[in-house]
Amino acid sequence: MVKGAKTIFGVAFFVSCVAASSSVADEIGDAERGEKLFRQCAACHQVGQGAKHRVGPHLNGIFGRKAGTVDGFTRYSEGLVRAGNDGLVWSLDKLHAYLENPKYLVSDTRMNFAGIEKREDRADVLAYLRQFSDNPADIPEAQPTALAPEVELSPETLAIVGDPDYGEYLASECTTCHQRDGSDQGIPSITGWPREDFLIAMHAYKRKIRPHPVMQSYAGRLSDEEIAALAAYFEGL
Amino acid sequence: MKLNRRAFIGTGAAAAAALQAPSVWGAAHGRPKVVVIGGGAGGATAARYLAKDSKGEIDVTLVEPSRQYYTCFFSNLYIGGFRDLSSIAHSYGTLASEYGINVVHDWATGIDRDAKTVTLAGGAVLPYDKLVLSPGIDFVEGAVPGWDLSTQHKMPHAYKAGSQTELLKAQIEAMPEGGRFAMVAPPNPYRCPPGPYERVSMVAHLLKDINPTAKILVVDPKANFSKQALFEEGWAKHYPGMVERIGPDFGGENVSVNADEMTVDIDGVVEKIDVCNVIPAQKAGRICELAGINEGNWAPVDGHTMASRMDESIHVLGDATNQGDMPKSGFSANSQAKVAAMAIRGDLTGSKVFPAKFSNTCWSLIDTDDGVKVGASYQATDEKIAKVDGFVSQTGEDAALRKATYEESLGWYAGITSDMFG
Repeated sequence: MVKGAKTIFGVAFFVSCVAASSSVADEIGDAERGEKLFRQCAACHQVGQGAKHRVGPHLNGIFGRKAGTVDGFTRYSEGLVRAGNDGLVWSLDKLHAYLENPKYLVSDTRMNFAGIEKREDRADVLAYLRQFSDNPADIPEAQPTALAPEVELSPETLAIVGDPDYGEYLASECTTCHQRDGSDQGIPSITGWPREDFLIAMHAYKRKIRPHPVMQSYAGRLSDEEIAALAAYFEGL
Repeated sequence: MKLNRRAFIGTGAAAAAALQAPSVWGAAHGRPKVVVIGGGAGGATAARYLAKDSKGEIDVTLVEPSRQYYTCFFSNLYIGGFRDLSSIAHSYGTLASEYGINVVHDWATGIDRDAKTVTLAGGAVLPYDKLVLSPGIDFVEGAVPGWDLSTQHKMPHAYKAGSQTELLKAQIEAMPEGGRFAMVAPPNPYRCPPGPYERVSMVAHLLKDINPTAKILVVDPKANFSKQALFEEGWAKHYPGMVERIGPDFGGENVSVNADEMTVDIDGVVEKIDVCNVIPAQKAGRICELAGINEGNWAPVDGHTMASRMDESIHVLGDATNQGDMPKSGFSANSQAKVAAMAIRGDLTGSKVFPAKFSNTCWSLIDTDDGVKVGASYQATDEKIAKVDGFVSQTGEDAALRKATYEESLGWYAGITSDMFG
């Protein structure tokens, strides 16, 4: 273990703003600064020696782990477990995406967290967490910025108004599997989904950040306008 | 199968209407008429989308001989003991009662393309503005010497689900201890590429339970088959030593059968077997031939609209088509039906038409909670329906993913059948 390993944060102490202007493009991030930033996570997550499950699972060994599989933690959402089965493994870039906006990876995640907007802040938190994983040697150190694409959708993409007729036609491809009446046996329901959640999820499949191969294939050939049309249609069902 | 009262009345009303129908259906009717022949994944979906999306502007008639439709997909799971037969049975009551589709349970026996009429076995003549043919497959006569439809009760094909599937399962259950099941697999192209191999898996699953020393012999004219690595890995893991496959390099393409003797002759070597599942070479359902729209064994179509290349008033769906890269599957037929319905609606009512998009996924079950899948997305080009992007399960996947894949297939079954039948 290296510095910081002794720390367990049991108290929620939200750090609203940490002035951070020094750029650390060549390193994974600043673990010491990450330790401070982690306080906003500590209301729900423990990490380090003796860390226990709280509202969320402990985060020891998170790097390289299949999502939704920590022993003894039973409060995962269905979607998180499904994502793990589909192949979601907590690599550096996936953790970056999850910290930026948890819903980008798992729509029904119970991690009720607005996300860490600044890439550098995320890199620092991850540098801190990385110290508590077994094989830090396997975890890339260099060029974290190159490894972590920004996942947030641009305001322009979010603002596209879809053609509802087109959405209805395109939706016929979805309803072969996703039942219109909202049943979710084996396949999640997308009926009545909030528009933004829908957009976020589909763009994540399109960019292959979410793992499911069927969804990656379908989303991959949809334009931004087509995704917007679908989002509008399903929200209105 | 669920059959609520309203759905039941719907079927009754449709049947009564059919009985009372004059020989030419309401020619004075102003609404454009679409006749759909075949109530499977292609036809039922097309009829439903035409009726639903035109909101009554199109008069839709669905011609299907069976009152009870058994899906081919998941019929192997019945053989394996994972589904009962009633769970893959569907009726047309909701399409009649909720969507106002005229459901006619009869055989289409002739098509007059000049007069634009369909003749039914019962004598009725149905005029159409657009005709949709989704007849599925028939078997090529003489494809397996010694086998024809008159021997199907001894050597079932079970490649149209229902009584044939039941018969095959009963024969397997009655096999002597340590007996031998043989499958004569079909040459390409045929309905449901992974189907024969999922069936081998399900037969093995059943035999492992009730007759563990029994053996399975697959005689195959093809060198390779769909999801081969996945199936072979699964057979070795779950059913070691049970499945033997003879490919073309060992005579798998030179096979004949003798239904009276219960033998299979593989390149001159005669094997005695206890159950023989013959899946012969296939062609478009016979009505396509009668309509004169085939080229060879299949009906060529324009991928943008699924219209026949021989007659633009006729759209053809699913297994019967020659369209390009899509496999012959229920999923494909369902996907093509939506494109055809949109194109037909555009022609007849002036509704908006969008670029055709197609997709397919085929799930297969190898053993309990061991599901795999293969699929792709497609788009129409002027030449054909062309594959855009595909995916397939990998060997060595963990058990949780395989279980999730199986559960996904259950969700898909519920989804596609409600997409077909309402």
